[in-house]
Amino acid sequence: MSAHVTVPPFPGEVVTQAHVRIIDLPGAGPAALITLDNGEDHSRPSTLGPAGLAALDAAIDEVAATSGLVAVAITGKPFCFLVGADLTGIGHVTERGAALAMARSGHAVFQRLTGLGMPSFAFINGAAMGGGLEVALHCDYRTISRGPGMIGLPEVFLGLVPGWGGAYLLPSLIGARAACEVIIRNPLNQNRLLKPEQALGLGVVDVAFDAADFLEESLRWAAGVVRGDIEVHRAEVDRGPAWQEAVAEARQWAAARTHGATPAPDRACDLIEAAASADRDAAFAAEDEALADLVMGDELRASLYSFDLVQRRAKRPRGVPDAALARRVTRIGVVGAGLMARQLAWLFLQRLEVPVHITDLDQARLDAGLGWVRDQIAEQAGRGRLSEREANRLRGLLTGSLSIADFAGADLVIEAVAEEIEVKQRVFADLEQVVEPTAVLATNTSSLSVTRMTEGLANPERVVGIHFFNPVAVMPLVEIARTPSTDEATLATAFTVARALKKSAILVKDAPAFVVNRLLMRFLGEIMRAVDEGTPVNVADRSLDPLGLPMTPVNLIALVGPGVAYHVAAQMHSQFPDRFYLSDNLRRLAESGRPSIYDWSTGAPVPDPEVMALFSIGRPAMGDPATEAEIRSRALAALADEVGRMLDEGVVAEVADLDLAMILGAGWPFWLGGMTPYLDRSGASVRVRGSRFLPPGVASVPA
Amino acid sequence: MTLTADTAPAVPRTNRSLASVVFVDGVRTPFGKAGGAYAETRADDLVVRVIRELLRRNPGLAPAEVDDVAIAAATQSGDQGMLLGRSAALLAGLPASVPGYSIDRWCAGAMTAVTTVAASVAVGTNDVAIAAGVEHMGRHPIGDGLDPNPRFLAERLVDPAALSMGATAENLHDQFPALTKQRADAYAAASQHRTAKAYANGLIQPDLVPMATRSAEHGWGLLTVDEPPRPDTTIEGLAKLRTPFRPYGRVTAGNSSGLNDGATGAIIAAEDVAIAHGLPRKMRMVTYAFAGVGPEVMGYGPVPSTQKALDHCGLTIDQIGLIEINEAFAVQVLAFLDHFGIADDDERVNPMGGAIAVGHPLASSGIRLMINLARSFERHPEVRYGLTTMCIGLGMGGTVIWENPHHPDYRPALDGSLAGAA
Repeated sequence: MSAHVTVPPFPGEVVTQAHVRIIDLPGAGPAALITLDNGEDHSRPSTLGPAGLAALDAAIDEVAATSGLVAVAITGKPFCFLVGADLTGIGHVTERGAALAMARSGHAVFQRLTGLGMPSFAFINGAAMGGGLEVALHCDYRTISRGPGMIGLPEVFLGLVPGWGGAYLLPSLIGARAACEVIIRNPLNQNRLLKPEQALGLGVVDVAFDAADFLEESLRWAAGVVRGDIEVHRAEVDRGPAWQEAVAEARQWAAARTHGATPAPDRACDLIEAAASADRDAAFAAEDEALADLVMGDELRASLYSFDLVQRRAKRPRGVPDAALARRVTRIGVVGAGLMARQLAWLFLQRLEVPVHITDLDQARLDAGLGWVRDQIAEQAGRGRLSEREANRLRGLLTGSLSIADFAGADLVIEAVAEEIEVKQRVFADLEQVVEPTAVLATNTSSLSVTRMTEGLANPERVVGIHFFNPVAVMPLVEIARTPSTDEATLATAFTVARALKKSAILVKDAPAFVVNRLLMRFLGEIMRAVDEGTPVNVADRSLDPLGLPMTPVNLIALVGPGVAYHVAAQMHSQFPDRFYLSDNLRRLAESGRPSIYDWSTGAPVPDPEVMALFSIGRPAMGDPATEAEIRSRALAALADEVGRMLDEGVVAEVADLDLAMILGAGWPFWLGGMTPYLDRSGASVRVRGSRFLPPGVASVPA
Repeated sequence: MTLTADTAPAVPRTNRSLASVVFVDGVRTPFGKAGGAYAETRADDLVVRVIRELLRRNPGLAPAEVDDVAIAAATQSGDQGMLLGRSAALLAGLPASVPGYSIDRWCAGAMTAVTTVAASVAVGTNDVAIAAGVEHMGRHPIGDGLDPNPRFLAERLVDPAALSMGATAENLHDQFPALTKQRADAYAAASQHRTAKAYANGLIQPDLVPMATRSAEHGWGLLTVDEPPRPDTTIEGLAKLRTPFRPYGRVTAGNSSGLNDGATGAIIAAEDVAIAHGLPRKMRMVTYAFAGVGPEVMGYGPVPSTQKALDHCGLTIDQIGLIEINEAFAVQVLAFLDHFGIADDDERVNPMGGAIAVGHPLASSGIRLMINLARSFERHPEVRYGLTTMCIGLGMGGTVIWENPHHPDYRPALDGSLAGAA
């Protein structure tokens, strides 16, 4: 602890040191250069916990005690400026007082940078996020390296606010509209960050220099500023009504996305709104309070749990055999040229850059599939994402034919033919006649039994499920399903390939619909049941709004396609009729060929009268049609029940894998912690199972 | 991407015989002590910084107009390897169309980079080139990775002392008994004092490019001046130093250059091209020569190389008004001065001090001599000719003779040819 830091170090905190060197600022005089460095290499960026804050505080003490300085500057270790507060330590904060103290400590230390009686400079030499960018915002001037580093204030993405000065300083610097872009919209848009040129364009930094001699040129520039040779001009900030309008728009935009499921966007909007007129001290005090409230909220704790799953667990999936056992994959076969198959072919081609062969029974469909992949190549080349040379390479690697015999020599063949067990069994039986006994045979089935596909095969041990989600290019998850016979080498190969495809993979047991589809089908069944029993579509559809899901159930059915949704629902219903409701109205929708229950022609979702005319609406067995709250309660109960069963069956190794699957495979938000933290928070797990899925404190505020 | 050169001159220069070559500009990093400020700074980063500063100081020259990049290093491995001339050009942000190569002549690396690209400009194959040198003796200790052929000793091809530079310096003292330790120490002290004076007068700083220094323990720093100088050096103090190469020897750490890190670079161009681009012309190359001597007295090398260069152009030593000679060892400078009948403290020789004070990062020193001479030319327009010279391990010397464009009789070669300047 130090004079301005009133929180003890986090247990196990990787402390970012603040080294002070007195240097000769050429032509200007002596200056203090502070280097933030956690002593680790570039793969572990510097962060600030209490001990790091204290180190910076001590560095500023040293600067303050040195006489004759003309400037103070702060920069980072190679390739990294500072990526913000040490999030791993927040789990240790159990009382609001400690959260408040941490917020105040950051303000107290950072504010000293402006009170030293000399100009202060931040030289942003690499990634600067959250508290890292806030340190820079507290300085009088900022330079940025044109290197690959990204900057931003991603706090709202995690469920926090830029509460170490950012929510006040950034709008004061670049205006409310641009600040809302950085603080609200970018974080809620897949946590988008700013490239150096964008940061310069928005006025977040004053000047950009090449990475090659960034620090030297920053110091030369700083010397010019100190000498008065360089004047820094910044755009005037409009503090009129436009300020409040910009915040109101951002607030509304965020509400449409999150439905209030996370308090952070609103709190951040409050702070930006107040920044128009608040004085600095009041604004910083409001930031402190907001941070303390949010740190003590379950949404943030669930977010940190999600963040950890995505950052760590997704990169080291559990139960996976040694990658050294994986077979070399230098040739790929894709059986089928349909909508899913062609996407798979394109992904394999693009990421593995090895020969990819496609077969189909039908020449027209084959041509269409090959044509689609070639169009993707052309489009990427047209957008400059592929050079003409790379495009030519990929075109040369893509082949197709009508004969499954052309798969001879393939190391991995994945089938994406019709979802019928007999068809898939025949494909694998045929493939066995052509490929080597060690070639991996994979299926992209979403709901059929992989084990049954191996029946009668000579080498069932090389069969594995690799389940991709639609759209393949976008969805980051694959479920890798092992059968009782799948061997280690096959499994290792599947995981190695998934990694090369830049997908996160989780290991699942070969069980109906694996993880994501099984859970989605279970709750979609409850929504459709309510519709079938007379709840208006719009009412049933908004019943899950308070969760802040990326799309409503009705829109999810439209995205998956009513035909596919019905097919999977039917598969599940046939096996577990008690749990998986099969809606006859969903069948009618699927058979009608209409894309959705909704008609979007007015721009708003209105139940399509033509679809509704097809529907047969009955009545509940007893009582009135269900209300929003009742449907939500049923859906959550259904999910809690299904999660419990999947754990009992050992579909995944741990509950964390289910949460990771829902985050990456269904896009469920961080603030739900995937799924089980929300089931615990809402009481559904105790109600249905009698106990929580996760102990208090893991993804919630400790008891 | 187009595969044809888009920088071809509008008018083909098919018939150019010999072009007049000028030293446009030179800069260097401050020199560091091995294990000192640059201990955690890469050699390639040093020379990249120099190349970028050269281009920044000469905006009239577009990066794509650089025809070639030649970079010298005595140890060509690690961060001084990987085809340094090319890799540093890429790291410096020069376009991929600009080629590069590496050069090695040990201590005369940068000098050889200059003479090699100058030759290419003189014969008309290049218009503008960058020559540079770097040595990080902290990361690459002298002799690192060498594997001398056993025949050298078995067949007595060289004296066993030939690979120890300090021992060759002791040999010079033996060969010329008039070169006493007292004279060496006095010369060394004067070098320190002249360097200090040049710094005080601001003669060295304008051609230094400040260099960021990395230290994991202390954070980033900035080196703005040479680290090695010891301005408080006295002859009495020097007399007390031990002689590491021989008991009761004469060569000490005080009357030799040290182990140093640093990079230098220069833009070399055809004179008419420099004029057309509005680039400065700080010196015009008259001629150059390299010559060999016995490896065991390598310090004597500048004597025959200078004589050879003078003979080339028909000048005599009396017509040379300024001399920049590298101070690997004081004794080697004194041997040169005695041969040409120049006094130990002659003001024409190393007026801004030398390597004994600022250091000798092997392959980079040649261009430092040129930077100093260019500065002195500017201050002494009455001097028409000067030379830069240095001794080279394994028994060689190198000399470049330069003409001062500030001299009243200087005539630019407007058509680019040497004949036009005569």
